[in-house]
Amino acid sequence: MTKSWNDIIPKPKKNRYRLLIYIALILVYIWAFAGIPYSGIKETAGQVSKSILAGLFSPDWGYVYLPDGEDLLRGLLDTLAISVLGTFISTIICIPFAFWSAVNMSRGKVISGSGKIFLSLIRTFPEVVMAILFIKAVGPGSFAGVLALGLHSVGMLGKLFADEVENIDNGPLEALMAVGASRLQILWFAVIPQVLPGFLSYTLYRFELNLRSATILGIIGAGGIGTPLIFALSTRNWDRVGIILLGIIIMITTIDLISGTLRKKLV
Amino acid sequence: MKAQVESSQQTLRPKAPGKIKHYFTVAIVILLLWGSAVQTEATFGELIQGLPNMLDLLKEMLPPKWGYLSKIWSAMLETIRMALLGTTFGAIMAVPIALLSASNIARHKWIYYPVRFILNLIRTIPDLLLAALFVAIFGLGALPGILALAFFSLGVIAKLTYEALETIDPGPLEAMTAAGAHPLQIIKFGVVPQIKPHFISFLLYTFEINVRAAAVLGLVGAGGIGHYYEVTLGFLEYDKTCMIIIVTLAVVLAIDYISSKLREKLL
Repeated sequence: MTKSWNDIIPKPKKNRYRLLIYIALILVYIWAFAGIPYSGIKETAGQVSKSILAGLFSPDWGYVYLPDGEDLLRGLLDTLAISVLGTFISTIICIPFAFWSAVNMSRGKVISGSGKIFLSLIRTFPEVVMAILFIKAVGPGSFAGVLALGLHSVGMLGKLFADEVENIDNGPLEALMAVGASRLQILWFAVIPQVLPGFLSYTLYRFELNLRSATILGIIGAGGIGTPLIFALSTRNWDRVGIILLGIIIMITTIDLISGTLRKKLV
Repeated sequence: MKAQVESSQQTLRPKAPGKIKHYFTVAIVILLLWGSAVQTEATFGELIQGLPNMLDLLKEMLPPKWGYLSKIWSAMLETIRMALLGTTFGAIMAVPIALLSASNIARHKWIYYPVRFILNLIRTIPDLLLAALFVAIFGLGALPGILALAFFSLGVIAKLTYEALETIDPGPLEAMTAAGAHPLQIIKFGVVPQIKPHFISFLLYTFEINVRAAAVLGLVGAGGIGHYYEVTLGFLEYDKTCMIIIVTLAVVLAIDYISSKLREKLL
């Protein structure tokens, strides 16, 4: 009995491709590091980051509410409004797309497949670029942001909705079909009640994401809190940067909490 | 007899749930939408007025200027590099933070709650905002982009990883504790083998998101292809913008495809 453990327990099999993967990874990283032009950190970097931190800890409280015009509260309200409307528009638009791309709702895999490809195409289109295009169409302002969010979210919401539709229980559908219900009646009494909680939960989730996007749309001129932020950054008004960042963080955290509780109740 | 059956059926059938709550919810949603529309000054009239502009824009975008590809190719590669390095640095930073915020490994409330709180704060700041901040600190170029993506990835990967960590099998950990292993040994032999595939999958997923994000970071001066959106739109060269969009879509779709294939193999 002088067998060592190594003889009793077989060593795990080595993956034949492991070495190849490592070599490929190393090559990719060499390529990545070699391509980044390193010009050294600006000597003002430390000073600027100190000022931003100082601004975060001594925010410009006066900016929270100004009686005339642009202030933090109005900016945040604008951002909130953009994401509410954007989410609403995309929820309405994406429902037909969801049914189109759900395998169990349309005839044949070709139709549903084409719907899925279409949705993923919309999804890959960056929302900021979409916002730029809408600014060209309807002029700068919140409305362009609403349209950009509304169209961009269709891609992701449509896919999530389609997954929800694919997961429904077929029993009620068959029962209704057996008693001779029309397609619309089947949809209304068997499909909608099953998918509604899921749809609402995903809509709320998308609303959280849209709120984050809405805070940055202003950077390119599509309304919301981003516009005063980019102004404050370019004029090096760090106290104001601080209060705006603080406002964004508080708003997003609060909305996440509310929406999270609502979503838990739904599902 | 018949009346008796009917009345017993009526008592057997459960009462329909009250609808007041639903009406109340619908009323709140409508109020929210109306308020948002007022706040953003969104009207259908404006949209219809803007539609011809959009169509003109689309006409000018087609056909895309294929020759522009050679000029933007290096910027596209820089975008991929930024995403790759940002994801890598973020993932490296995420390891200790995920370990510290998992309740079954950090074990003390005083450790994991504060760490999670900081993690939540990081996640509330959108990537483009981070990029704008880092550009203010470090100046124009790819470096602020990489840092912004690294921070953003840190938030995403650390959260996904600590949630996965909390669901690992405690058996091996207990066995090693019983055998008197050092905490670092427990992590190396008990935790790492269980979490590794998940971690790599999260990393790939974040990389997909980061390629999309990196494509627009240039808008705030953080390197990559995004810079060209501004340039071409500023000079009203929409055929070139269209080319950039096409290249971005192609690269994003290709990376999504490769990464999702790899992730399927992992899990």
